[in-house]
Amino acid sequence: MASATTTDVGTLEELLLRMWQIRAFEIRAMELFEEKLIRGSVHPYVGMEAIAVGVCAALGPDDYITSTHRGHGHCVAKGLDLKLMMAEIIGREDGYCRGRGGSMHITAMDSGMLGADAIVAGSSAIAVGAAHGLRLQGRDGVVVCFFGDGAANQGILHEACNLGAVLAAPVVFVCENNEWAISTPASASTRIVNIADRAAGYGFPGVVVDGNDVLAVRDTAAEAVARARADEGPTLIEAKSYRVTPHSAATKTDLRPPAELDAWRARDPILRFSRYLAEERGLEPARLEQIEEQARADVDAAVEFALASPRPEAEAALEDVFAPAEWLTPGRLS
Amino acid sequence: MSAEATRELTMSEALNEALHEEMERDAGVFVVGEDIAQMGGLFQVTTGLLDRFGPQRVIDAPISEAAQAGAGVGAALVGCRPVVELQIADFVSLVMDQVVNHAGKWRYMSGGRVTVPFVLRGAVSSGIGMAAQHSQTLEAWFVHAPGLVVIMPSTPYDAKGLLKSAIRDDNPVVFLEKRLLYSRPGAVPEGEYTVPIGVADVKREGGDVTVATYAAGVHLALQAARQLAREGVEVEVVDLRTLKPLDTETLLASVRKTGRLVVVSEAAGAGGFASEVVARVTEGAFSSLRSSPVRVTAKDVPMPYASQLERAVLPQVEDVVAGLNVALERVAVAEAST
Repeated sequence: MASATTTDVGTLEELLLRMWQIRAFEIRAMELFEEKLIRGSVHPYVGMEAIAVGVCAALGPDDYITSTHRGHGHCVAKGLDLKLMMAEIIGREDGYCRGRGGSMHITAMDSGMLGADAIVAGSSAIAVGAAHGLRLQGRDGVVVCFFGDGAANQGILHEACNLGAVLAAPVVFVCENNEWAISTPASASTRIVNIADRAAGYGFPGVVVDGNDVLAVRDTAAEAVARARADEGPTLIEAKSYRVTPHSAATKTDLRPPAELDAWRARDPILRFSRYLAEERGLEPARLEQIEEQARADVDAAVEFALASPRPEAEAALEDVFAPAEWLTPGRLS
Repeated sequence: MSAEATRELTMSEALNEALHEEMERDAGVFVVGEDIAQMGGLFQVTTGLLDRFGPQRVIDAPISEAAQAGAGVGAALVGCRPVVELQIADFVSLVMDQVVNHAGKWRYMSGGRVTVPFVLRGAVSSGIGMAAQHSQTLEAWFVHAPGLVVIMPSTPYDAKGLLKSAIRDDNPVVFLEKRLLYSRPGAVPEGEYTVPIGVADVKREGGDVTVATYAAGVHLALQAARQLAREGVEVEVVDLRTLKPLDTETLLASVRKTGRLVVVSEAAGAGGFASEVVARVTEGAFSSLRSSPVRVTAKDVPMPYASQLERAVLPQVEDVVAGLNVALERVAVAEAST
């Protein structure tokens, strides 16, 4: 785990904290689901924390991301407020979306989060359009589109990659290959080993990176982001990783071989990074523990805030279908 | 307006003016579609835009309708006002996920924290032998999906004014244009104007029976009305113009006056927008109805190619006249349907 870029310890600690926050948030969310405080489902990002944190470490405040049904990690990594996230996930008024979106639809424009999308690959063209829109407005932001290996076989992704290439849109496609689309292994969904190879078909670079190595992800992303920002077009990054938790909190069946799970647990991205920080950057065990504790405390505070937040009023269900408009006067809309 | 200030324009020309004016007015407005830049569109609606506004804002896109629509949604999220052109409206089946699951829901899912000012234009191409995959009238799909404004203009004047309003609106708009109307001329004033969304227009006043319709149906209804006028029957033609939001006020006021309703739509009847209009009137003005409402719609089959077959499927003026006679109780229902 060596980084091409030198980084001060404070920044590295921040990356570790974010990864622990994601881990703690997801474990807590799964518990809250079991306690029936969360409805529907929760798709945990456990085991993949290095991807979101590594990629978002390469982004600035004026950059945007789109996310997926497995989106909490992206939100935390992009700097969203854990309190507002948790309030949303348990369906409270103070949540990012006032309880309308839930776990799969967190949106926070102020933090550069264009929205999580529960249609697999659904946000890929949105990312391209947002990227083009930023250029039209003379802004120098870049848009990162996160998607999974399952999404790689959706038609819209192909269209979006090609359109992004044609427009030289400042977009970076990040494929989080976690090996399994619920019960179907990636090997049964495609005859190629590396999804990144598909980039050649669009005429832009495709790069494979170890998705459990946060610094490798960050450095790879930084290169792609710089390329996008310079209007040189998209890059497809395939981050190889694994989700060690089930597809979702509501999915009780898990067909994955236990030995495979164990092998990936041994490559835990947080423990690997902690080891690197201890061995190569001289962080004391007490400091590492402190960061982990801090993350848990942040999540506890988020849960406390969320549970104290009011539930939305039933009448609010009819609000905000449409943006304010002259025609939107009471009694007229029908 | 003075006579000097009004010219005759085709609907294509009127829509083209609307795009020129709105792109001039707001640098965030841009257009995407197939063959729209160099060629100016299959129906000349985007003629001249490339020269004036350049390739960043007038984009000849690859044949990837879903990506075009999705890109429109994304650009709208960051503050642009994209106008995506579907060469043929039937291609909406390729973009439904982007329009229904994304454009229409993004604002609501975000708790009202984002806006999606996005216009999807499409040419409804029935009546000219384009057969089953190029001739559908699918507005009901969009009316049924929450969060979308749905507009279908009938005249060059309305088309221009409504497209300008659609582009300025902060909501996603599906704007369906009847291809046979593109070349039809109509009066359009010089200078700036808009037509408000959600306001129907009474295209002909009459006290005996109401025809509620939109797009090409308006012209069928006006012809039928002229025919019945010779028999002393006064038909009121309400051009709904916007299907969502629907101007129920104007619709119900007309039915309260006439007591009779015929709805004319070129879409298939089953689950169609004509049924929605009948339901609204039945719920809102039941006691005013003196006869059963009548729907005059396309037949519930894929559009056939041969002209005799297509004519048999699409509503014709004589079908509207027959429907009016039923509503007016001048003829028995069974007789009219044969």
